[in-house]
Amino acid sequence: MVPYLFLGFAGLLIATALMVVLHKNPVTSALFLVLSFTSLAGIYLLLQAEFIGMVQIIVYAGAIMVLFLFVIMYLNLQHDVEKGAQIAVRRGIGWMVGALMLLFAGLIVRNGGFSPGPVQAVPPSLEGGNAQAIGRVLYSRFLFPFEITSILLLVAMVGAIVMIKGRPAADGAEGEKE
Amino acid sequence: MIPVEWSLALSAVLFTIGVVGVLVRRNALVIFMSIELMLNAANLAFVAFARQQNSLDGQIFVFFVMTVAAAEVAVGLAIIVNVFRLRETVFVDEINLLKG
Repeated sequence: MVPYLFLGFAGLLIATALMVVLHKNPVTSALFLVLSFTSLAGIYLLLQAEFIGMVQIIVYAGAIMVLFLFVIMYLNLQHDVEKGAQIAVRRGIGWMVGALMLLFAGLIVRNGGFSPGPVQAVPPSLEGGNAQAIGRVLYSRFLFPFEITSILLLVAMVGAIVMIKGRPAADGAEGEKE
Repeated sequence: MIPVEWSLALSAVLFTIGVVGVLVRRNALVIFMSIELMLNAANLAFVAFARQQNSLDGQIFVFFVMTVAAAEVAVGLAIIVNVFRLRETVFVDEINLLKG
């Protein structure tokens, strides 16, 4: 059952990711991206990462994609016009690079060219669920990075607000130059 | 249990789609979405290895990657909005503010 679910989610994920790249309308691209994030959350659930799966839906499919859609609608974008020889050449190069990358990655995966570390004999205790186990690790071994994360978010928030607000109008030439 | 190779192959495909999106499209917002796809491909590899090694560290890393992605989206979209205000376009080949 689980392998079939995995294959189903994987197929949905690849199809929607391709639609994100191929579709001309940015709004449709963003909606397909929501769908692909959701199917990725399903894959996380199958890989026993329940907490990550839920956070994937809340943060990615919820917060980040709402931000994307909000900006797309704010900018009032229409269909992308992609015509001309230069763009056709670039598209060809892009797909060729993609095919090469896929070839190399496939070779690495097939030949076992990755070397994962030692497998822990004792699986993390799952009583109380994956979220409790993650919380225990996050607030003990990874406490300092976790706290630093809050500073990162604060900086990003302040930076976004400052950038959106722009310069004061009657500032003249003294303001910071772009 | 799902073989780790399946997840890695899926992760590789997802990353490649992201790379192709960045190279092919000229809308800055769609390029941004493709970058999100690549970040998610890395996350998938992290989760797959965490599962394989009976360890939670990979999932913790995914948590941090998501935080960074959220911060990146906030700042990046602010930049795109600013550029759009300045140039009335989001097409990356028409934006040449740094050209002297």
